[in-house]
Amino acid sequence: MNSPILLQPDETFILNVGPQHPATHGVLRVKMEMSGEYIVEAETVIGYIHRMHEKMGELKTYPQFLMNLSRMDYLGALGYSHGHVLLIEKASGIEVPERAEYIRAIMVELNRVASHLFWFGAFVMDLGGFSPLMYALQDREHILDMLEGVTGSRLTYCYFRFGGLYNDVDDDFISAARRFIPRMRKSLKKYHALVTGNIIFRKRLEGIAPLSQEMCRKYGASSAVARGSGINFDVRKNEPYSVYPEFDFDVPVFHECDSLARYNVRMEEIEQSLRIIEQGLDKLPDGPIMPEKKPKLIKPPPGDYYQAVETARGSFGIRLVSDGGKTPYRLKLRSPTYSNMHLFDEACRGMMIMDALAFMGSLDLVIPEIDR
Amino acid sequence: MIREKTKLALQKLFPVPEAKEVTTEAAGEEQDKKAVKETRQNGLLERDYAVHGYHLDAQVAPDQLLEAVTLLDEAEFFIESITGVDWIKEKQLEVIYDFSRYDFDLCRVVIRTRVDRTKPVVPTITGIYAGANWHERETHEFFGIKFQGHPHLVPLLLPEDADFHPLLKDFKA
Repeated sequence: MNSPILLQPDETFILNVGPQHPATHGVLRVKMEMSGEYIVEAETVIGYIHRMHEKMGELKTYPQFLMNLSRMDYLGALGYSHGHVLLIEKASGIEVPERAEYIRAIMVELNRVASHLFWFGAFVMDLGGFSPLMYALQDREHILDMLEGVTGSRLTYCYFRFGGLYNDVDDDFISAARRFIPRMRKSLKKYHALVTGNIIFRKRLEGIAPLSQEMCRKYGASSAVARGSGINFDVRKNEPYSVYPEFDFDVPVFHECDSLARYNVRMEEIEQSLRIIEQGLDKLPDGPIMPEKKPKLIKPPPGDYYQAVETARGSFGIRLVSDGGKTPYRLKLRSPTYSNMHLFDEACRGMMIMDALAFMGSLDLVIPEIDR
Repeated sequence: MIREKTKLALQKLFPVPEAKEVTTEAAGEEQDKKAVKETRQNGLLERDYAVHGYHLDAQVAPDQLLEAVTLLDEAEFFIESITGVDWIKEKQLEVIYDFSRYDFDLCRVVIRTRVDRTKPVVPTITGIYAGANWHERETHEFFGIKFQGHPHLVPLLLPEDADFHPLLKDFKA
């Protein structure tokens, strides 16, 4: 006869979430020490899809490394490429034509909307609502089609070049983008009616997983994680780059610090990105998309250079240490989700496991971007 | 101006007369060119933000590191990243700490410290910035730099049993 399995009142057990688990959206593992349904201690284990982009950066020449950046974050790849080309242009003094910068900003914002749409669908699916994902993917499909027409790929773009772009936008793209903006605004209303006001949805998020500003600072959190905690920080505004100062847009900041605040920030950001796209299309100047003068071989002078950009997931930093050679001496990629995910271990203590999974969804994780 | 304040605070770390003077931009650029040939002395430099992307660049001795990072913590900087660079010709490893602020008064600070390549030990800053934990683990596994006092210095991105340091310049796969 087996004796009955009994748990002592103060006894804890170890629960292993992942590395293959639908709630983690990729190969992420969290070891949790549980007391009943409550988390006592958690340890995040990452690195399952580590590819060592930084070593590849040292081995490849500057143009050869262009395509690697879009393999980091497959949902918002253009933002990362933008940081890379801005850094190399800054370091080697390449001038970018105005038209190219405008197109870059439009493309990055379209990509940001696509990324937020996917996050929105997946996040609501985490909480048990399946249909919003289908609506979100339908809208996202329009963006991917538009981007495919110009860049040639749907996810892993290699569109930006040092000094400009690979391809100019055509009238098809412009008219499709113009049609997309009112369509997306209409969809946003639908999402708010379908999801934001839903009582089940709100009960799962309101007051859950509060993150203090102090904690955000100690971990270096950015994007909606910081802005949901009342920190007005967006690299596009705080450290203006490219043509962003030309655009009139707001940075949504919510002070509730909970998962719902992070949700609200991203939903509001979709509208702000649409505003940027709209203005970009209106202001789009004529002219070349590549500079007339460009060095044949890119060799930044020795020294170290840093560039931060606001990607869909937060402040992405890229540091180049150059020794004047054809390849970087050292290339460091600071991924925003890495810092955002890092605070999960501390923040989820004492939380119920279902809340912790909702919290994880609100961080907007893309695992290849953490692991690099 | 937070930049001026931080500059003054960090300057106190370097009491030696010649390092006390903050070098102007022109001298900073010269130092850049020299840096490839000769090792830079500890001290504070102001950099041209438009070229380098950061404002203040302080090279400290490993035992001054905690003091410098505490200063930044008090000024409410957030930690951006930690990384290493292998200067194999000079037989040194460099650890670079990036800091910035959630503010419109922009100030990016880089703290760097150099250690001997054969004995790479620096103190951990996890006591000040909890978020340094993963960054230090990553730097440890990629470069073999030991962060003294780190609570859990095991590989993060590499396999648990990894005993190699892939970002060292003499690493052969």
